[in-house]
Amino acid sequence: MSIFEAILLTVITASTPLVIAALGELVTERSGVLNLGVEGMMIIGAVGAFAAAQLTGSAYIGIVGGIVSGALFSLLFAFLTLTLVTNQVATGLALTILGLGASGMLGEAFVGAPGIRLLPIEIPVLSAIPYVGTVLFKQDLIFYLSILLVIGVNWFLFRSRTGLKIRAIGDNHASAHALGINVIRTRYLAVMFGGACAGLAGAQLSLIYTPQWTENMSSGRGWIALALVVFSSWRPWRLLAGGYLFGAVTILQLHAQAFGIGIPSQFLSMLPYAATVVVLIMISHNRRTTMINTPASLGKAFVPDR
Amino acid sequence: MRIELEKRPDVSKLFGFVSPLLALVLTLTFGAIMFAMLGKDPAAALSAFFVEPLLEVWSLHELAIKAAPLILIAVGLAVCYRSNNWNIGAEGQFTIGAITGSYLPIVFYDWHSPLVLPLMLVLGALGGALFAAVPALLKAHFNTNEILTSLMLVYIAQLFLDWLVRGAWRDPKGFNFPVSRDFAPEAVLPAIWEESGRAHWAFVFAIIAAIGVWFMLRYTLKGFEIVVLGQSERAGRFAGFSAKKMIWFSFLFSGALAGLAGMSEVSGSIGHLQPAISPGYGFTAIIVAFLGRLNPLGIIASGLVLALTYLGGEAAQLSIGISDKVTRVFQGLLLFFVLSCDMLIYYKIRIVWSRVRGGAV
Repeated sequence: MSIFEAILLTVITASTPLVIAALGELVTERSGVLNLGVEGMMIIGAVGAFAAAQLTGSAYIGIVGGIVSGALFSLLFAFLTLTLVTNQVATGLALTILGLGASGMLGEAFVGAPGIRLLPIEIPVLSAIPYVGTVLFKQDLIFYLSILLVIGVNWFLFRSRTGLKIRAIGDNHASAHALGINVIRTRYLAVMFGGACAGLAGAQLSLIYTPQWTENMSSGRGWIALALVVFSSWRPWRLLAGGYLFGAVTILQLHAQAFGIGIPSQFLSMLPYAATVVVLIMISHNRRTTMINTPASLGKAFVPDR
Repeated sequence: MRIELEKRPDVSKLFGFVSPLLALVLTLTFGAIMFAMLGKDPAAALSAFFVEPLLEVWSLHELAIKAAPLILIAVGLAVCYRSNNWNIGAEGQFTIGAITGSYLPIVFYDWHSPLVLPLMLVLGALGGALFAAVPALLKAHFNTNEILTSLMLVYIAQLFLDWLVRGAWRDPKGFNFPVSRDFAPEAVLPAIWEESGRAHWAFVFAIIAAIGVWFMLRYTLKGFEIVVLGQSERAGRFAGFSAKKMIWFSFLFSGALAGLAGMSEVSGSIGHLQPAISPGYGFTAIIVAFLGRLNPLGIIASGLVLALTYLGGEAAQLSIGISDKVTRVFQGLLLFFVLSCDMLIYYKIRIVWSRVRGGAV
């Protein structure tokens, strides 16, 4: 394997969780719900996946564990914000704080345990293509899922009837309600989809990225995923591109550290976070594009009048 | 079964007081269940967590030490949240305040003067305010989401501190440990009542800040401006208030208080800089602000409660062998219950048992 292929592989590994978590949040936000708890759902997914894999010995059951724990955890957020109409920003923060705490407590038993790594699946014929083959077709299941998810969500949001409903709710929940769409139920499902995705992203972290459990191992990726949604202006394909851009920044700073260029490692580690800020400025600077695409009901509570 | 909410004609004053207490009770109940599931006697565990730390004088001092930064930061955050500015990066402003406040005692180690401590206080507050100015500038001029930018800056501040204590500011005599040199005595925030414990002046600052902000919110035009702009930017504009200026004011103010808290923490409690200077005070202060209903006097009470969770976590770890991670779980649960109980202020709950739906859904 050439060094070029090796770098590309690590970029993909770093980008996949960002893409998946951000994609879930994209659907949630398209339905008008702002869930800032991505970081918390992700870390719960990571510990859920690790625990499920340890208890059963199978990384695939680990994936299921991650998805289920992320979705169940997001249900807590959905109940509070949708049924009890609490403030979405504050509740999202609560979800993150609780997630980081609970994962630390649940994961304590697994600190230092040898992880179970999810192995790559080689797709015959395609993987034999030089360069592209090893990078794209000798990957783990979660990578394939991430690509399928981008395609699927894009189709779902813009081509399916339910997708249309979700976008309608996100843009004007009162009108959607008047048209007979069940706003609350749809939002519940959208939040849980977001949670499931964040959980899958967490599973990628504890089964592939660093196959072990360490506290706070999501280290801000959930927040970067939230920024990615803004970056993508709520469009799946742009989100995929953005995710890979961020993954590349993360990996390049690691390689720069390894090559020992004269900049202290801490400053290189700041790069992904600084890049997020810069990108946010670039995107929000242009008021027209952000205003047109932002779901108009985003973050607003909905109480049906009876 | 369905839960239906019915809007109250008026905001319920009663539940304004009852809801934080209800949230506490619910958190304790869940805590008891959690301890039982961990195989501990719930009563003994809860008492070790929440009661025993209150029974000794030295331990009350520790409570004041932990409550001080929480109250200081939360009071500033309350101004932000009331004016609808979401500063989530207090942890970063705390860190930068600690760094700028430590500039004198580390770089000018040999300068002994009674001026050192007052200057450190000013520098700490200034550092925190300047760091908070970044998300404020970006929000005011580029319309950038302040939640995400202030949060990204937390990671940047922590890495910057890490670099300082491992590099330029490392103590040459520190046996290669990543710590700065210890502050000289005149750079240490003095204890309030030395005979009985360690509690230092930060707690006094916190109380002064809380009372000052309470006065500002209640009796001054600035306070009125904060509340009006927070409830409706449009209404504020008609009154001639500027939302843009409010972004600056609330961020600089909360940043300065967080910076002051950071400076007090390194000067009063730790005595030098090190890679980790906060057990998440900046994030816990968010819970403190909400539990105190964004009211500075309420924040004094809620700051003490959250400080108790830190203290109880440490105590429970020693006495009954429960992981100190339980602290974070308690804090998260508390915020959840606070938010959900607050709903009772605005809505009445009606549980509908029948499956027959009334009218169009």
